[in-house]
Order: sequence, then structure tokens, then C-alpha cells
Amino acid sequence: MHFGPHLLLAALEGLVTSAVLALTALGLSLVFGVMRVVNVAHGEFFMLGAVLAWAITTSIGGHPALGFLAALVIAPLIVGAIALVAERLVLRRLNYNPEATIVATIGMLYIIQQLALTFYGPEARPVEPPFTYRILLPWFGYSGYKLSVIAASALLLVATWLVLTRTKIGLIMRATQYDSETAQAFGIPVGRVYGGVFALGAMLAAIAAVLIVPISQAHYLMGQDPLLLSFIVVIIGGLGSLRGTVVAAVLIGLSDGIISMFFSPTLAKIIATLLVAMVLVFRPQGLFGTASR
Amino acid sequence: MDKSKTFDLSKTGLTRRTALKGLAATAGLVTAPGFVRYSQAQSSAPIKIGFQSHRTGIGAAYGRWYEKTTAAAVKAINAAGGINGRQVEVIIEDDGTDPGRGAEVVGKFATQHKTDIVFGTLFSHVVIGSAPAAGEAKIPYFVVSEGHHVASTKLNRYVFQPGITDVKSQIQSMAPWIAANAGKKVTQIFPDFAFGYDHRDYLPPALKAQGADVIAQIAIPPTESSFTKYFPQIPAETEVIYHVMVGPAVLTFVKELGEFYGSNRPQLFGFMDSLEATDINSPGLEFLDGSHFWEGSPRYAQADDSAAQKAYRAAVGIDDNGAALGDPKDVSTASHMFGCWETLYVVKKAMEDAGYKGPEDRAKLVEATEALTAFAEGPEHPQGPKTFNGKIHQCFGIQNISKVEGGKLKVVHKTKIEDGLYEAEGDYTTQAL
Repeated sequence: MHFGPHLLLAALEGLVTSAVLALTALGLSLVFGVMRVVNVAHGEFFMLGAVLAWAITTSIGGHPALGFLAALVIAPLIVGAIALVAERLVLRRLNYNPEATIVATIGMLYIIQQLALTFYGPEARPVEPPFTYRILLPWFGYSGYKLSVIAASALLLVATWLVLTRTKIGLIMRATQYDSETAQAFGIPVGRVYGGVFALGAMLAAIAAVLIVPISQAHYLMGQDPLLLSFIVVIIGGLGSLRGTVVAAVLIGLSDGIISMFFSPTLAKIIATLLVAMVLVFRPQGLFGTASR
Repeated sequence: MDKSKTFDLSKTGLTRRTALKGLAATAGLVTAPGFVRYSQAQSSAPIKIGFQSHRTGIGAAYGRWYEKTTAAAVKAINAAGGINGRQVEVIIEDDGTDPGRGAEVVGKFATQHKTDIVFGTLFSHVVIGSAPAAGEAKIPYFVVSEGHHVASTKLNRYVFQPGITDVKSQIQSMAPWIAANAGKKVTQIFPDFAFGYDHRDYLPPALKAQGADVIAQIAIPPTESSFTKYFPQIPAETEVIYHVMVGPAVLTFVKELGEFYGSNRPQLFGFMDSLEATDINSPGLEFLDGSHFWEGSPRYAQADDSAAQKAYRAAVGIDDNGAALGDPKDVSTASHMFGCWETLYVVKKAMEDAGYKGPEDRAKLVEATEALTAFAEGPEHPQGPKTFNGKIHQCFGIQNISKVEGGKLKVVHKTKIEDGLYEAEGDYTTQAL
């Protein structure tokens, strides 16, 4: 394959990775930014989204698009509810202590994973894409659905950004992130904001999973890669920075696509990890993060 | 210190007298009549087979079907009187398709469950990781793995593969067909671990001997979830893509291959591993029509199926499309799982030849297995006839090449046993028992 088409394919693949990664990492970043909680179970919320998408699409039947749309709405809601319950039952009782919450979310990771294994089983199960359209380029074919994932993710990111910057809920969240004690003094129900943010973070991961599951498949171990990549993205972009998260996701996704295609996927992972190390050494707050006060 | 929270030995009243009483009671229990039955255990207790199963992890789909096949075979063996008049009991432990846990599971079978043998492993890295534990515990380890590692004689004398032909032999017997019918310039896609390396190492020389060439080799980790990025490495002049993938994402692999090429594709020759437990009529796989697959045992019922093959399919519970009876979406791993059935019958034969009574006869069982030379086609070996080389602990059988036609796989070529025979690379029988 010639260089041009090769690069195009690499960029397309990279953008699909970026799109899903940006959504997942944004959830992780929000939770950290507002609550200062490192949610190790984030990848499992992603997995739950995919598993629920399978359950919903298979139980609805009919045209694949019908089930898929239902999954896109219902799966994140269920995952959000589960996250809310987890937040109420576990994180709140630990007073959001940074060390304790890491251990607690590791525990949640295993509990969710094993429950999925018990009730969903160890198989990888496919979800039919809402539409199958193969875009025929002169050099290779490409899945039309994959392109739609990029568009859907961009829309969702813009929506999240609007919510955070243009609405009262966003204002409250930003106030809590900026200084939770002062926010509380001004009558902001910080506890409820925390619950809502944790649920929202999990829902973003679940949406990303529903979008990706027709491309890959639902499997109980699928949460591990997104978790690792999300951490990489969040560290590079700056914890709690929306803009940084999106930029870093595009950067990591594209470099992953391009390096994997021209060199090897292993090298792409090595470089991403090296980048994290460099960022931690030279700019610990991340590319777009603000230095901690 | 708060006394109430500590354990004070002086207050428990454990005197020398009670201690002696306890000792006496224990001694009495051991010699009591109830324990006598253990001395007869060898003649009446069941033969225990430790089944190292991939219940979870990347091999889970295989594990589930290996369990179904094993249960069916054990049921048939027990209904016919068991082994040496003793019933067979299968004890299953999950290895998570992980070599480290695999070794632990073998140890558990040997010391805790005290099973007579260990059986049933598929994934080659788990076999390679577990084999030393079996050798150390001196417990016969019958794998159904397909990899060349047993026959390479790099494992040890306790490891056998009598139920499924190894990859090196499979490749050697099919290479002439590939070169003659599919094309001369071959690009290989294989999983980046032990089993894949057998394909990587043995396909090029086998094709070379037929005047064909491997022009590119693409290794993909079995845990990979997206594959399009690997496909540009396939050279444009490729005539045949030889693909073999494993892991939970095989369907994605084949789908993305279809998106990449569409109907304008090179010839495809795949190992059924790329689509085991996956419906070949899944949306997006239409491009496979007309492509060819290796099958160990055909997934779809064939017109010329033997009575033994039909009985085997009924016993395991798969329909004419190779899916579970009553659930057409639950597709089996037909190309591999027959090996469990056949291996259990080899174990039965070897135990009967050895007059096997219990774990103290394990060495005799090893020697009796090594003495076997051939298995005739029939209810015990429904996949076909096999020869067995006791020096390398490996059996050799026929292979099927099937074509995708109208949403089914039709066998178009069967290899002969002789096509897959090769020079032994060593001799396990020279190792001490």
C-alpha cells in the first residue's frame, strides 16, 4: 500500500480510538477533577456498558438499529445508577479519602468483573451495528459505522462541554472542583454533586462502550485496556481538564493508530507510556492542567 | 494490654491428660472399621480425572465445549462399565487460560484432589507452563492442545497428546493443497504466542517444499481487540492470506478483514481457530463465501458422515450446523473438542493395558500409553483413524479442508495420515520415569 492511503487508514483507525478514548477518559478526568478520587473501577463501568448493550439488543430484537438506540439510552442509565449506589455505599463512607478510595475502587473493579463473569459468562458476544455500510475507497474498504462513532463521540464531547460551561449544573460542578469547602459554604450540596459526578463519569464510559461494542465485542475482561489508556490520557492532558483530556485522547489515539500501522502496536504502547513518564517528570500537572494550589 | 482480647492458653484447660485422650481418640479413629474401606479403594472407588479447564480467560469458549464433550465421553464410558470396571469421575478446575494458574491447578490435582491423571488443556502456553508441574508430580498429563510442543519432545515424559494431531503435521499435510489450489504467494497472520509460533515456524518450509513462498508474516497478540491496523502490512502481491487467530476477538478479526477487502480479496485459507465458537453467518462475514478453512473435525454434518461421527455428534449434543441442540446461536468448537472424546478413550485403553489400579501405577500407565501405535476409526475415534508415535507422545490423523458454500462448510479435501508424518525430533522414552 502506498504512503498516502496507508496514512489515511492509520489516521482513521487512530481517530476511532481517540473518539472512544476521549469519552472514557473524560469520565475518569471529571471524577478526579471534582472529587479527587482516582477511580480504578472506571474500566469496569465501560465493560458494564458493553455487556448491558448486548443484553438490551438481544432482548429487544427487530432491526439492529432499534436495539442499539435503546442500548445507547438505557445502558448508560443503568451503569450510572450502579455507580451512584457504589458512591453512596462505599466512597462517601470513606469520606473520599484519596488512599482509601483507590483501594475501595480496586475492590469494586474485582466485584463488578466477577459479577459480570458470573451472570454474563466468559464468552465474547457480538452486538450488531445499527447499520452496516462499507465505504469503498480506491485502496481499501472502511466501515461506515466506525466513522459514525467518531461523529457521535464528537457530538457528545461538545454536549458535555456545553453542560460544564453553559449550565447551572456545570457551574455547580466547577465550583465544587475549584474549592469544595467554599462551595459548601455557599450552599452547594457537595455530597449530591459528588454522587452525580461519579454517576456521570461512569455513564460517559458506558456510552463509549456502547459505541464501540458493535466494532469489538462485549467481554468481561474488556475494561482493562480502556482503563490503562484513560489513565495515560488523563495524566498527559492534566487531571480534571476537559480540554486537556480531549487533546491528549486525540494525540494518543492518533499516535497509536499511526505508530501501530507503520511500526508495531507494541511500540505505540511503549511510546505512550514513555510520554506519560516524560510528562510526569517535566510537567507533573499535565499539558493543560493547572498546578495544584 | 486488654486481657479480654487475647487468647490465654493457661485458661483453656488443655492438660496433658486431655491431650493424651485426644491422641488416643485419633489413633482409634484411624484404625476404626470405617477406615477399612480405603484399603479397598483401588478396586471400587472411581478413577479420578483432573480436568484442567479454560473456564475463564481468553479460552473460555473452548473450555465450555471441552467440558460438554468430556461429560458426554465420560457418560458413554461409564454406561459401558467404566475403566477396569471402575466408574470415571471428572474433577474440574479452572485455569483462567493462564500458564501460572495452570501449573497451580496441576499441583492441586496431584496433591489435593489426588486425581489419577490430569487432562484436557488446550491453549499451548498453558500446556507449556503446566507441563513441568506434571513432570515434577509424576502425574500423567493428557493434553488436547494441537500445538507442536508435545511432539517437539521439549516437555517431559508425563505429557501426552494422543487425541489431536499437532500443528506441524497439520501444516505439512495441507501445504500441498494450499500451493496447488489457493496460490503460491502466501501472507501469514498468526497469534503472537506459542501456538502461533508453530504456524510461523513450520508453514514456510512446508510451502517451500511445494514451490510456494511465505512473503510476509504478521503476528497479532491474542488479546488484541482491533485488527485493521495490521492489514496494511499484507503485501499487495499476496495471493493467499493464511490466517489463524485465537482469543475472544476472533469475530472482530474476520469482520475487519472483510471490511478491509470486501469481495475483492486474495484467496483466504484459514484455520478454523479464527472462527471457532462463532457463527460463520454472522453479519459482515459474507465475504468468506468461497474461502477455505482447515477443520479438525467438520463443524457441519457432511453427506458422507460415518455412523460413529453421527453418534458422537448426538452424544455431545450438536446439531447439523455444529451448534448446541436447541440453541442455534451457541456454536461449538467442533474442530478441536473431538480431541477430548478421543483422548479419554485412549486413556481408557492405556489404563486397561496397564492393569491400572491407582496412582502408584502411574509409571505403568505412561509406558502403556507409549506402547500404543494406532487407533482405528469408530465410536471411540469418530474423527478418523490415527497412528500414535510413543516416542514423541503424539498422534497423527487426517485433516479436513472445507469450503464456505451457501453459509455452510463443506469438506472438499481430506489429507492422508502419511501426508503429515515427519522425522521425530527426540525420544521421550529415554527419559527416566
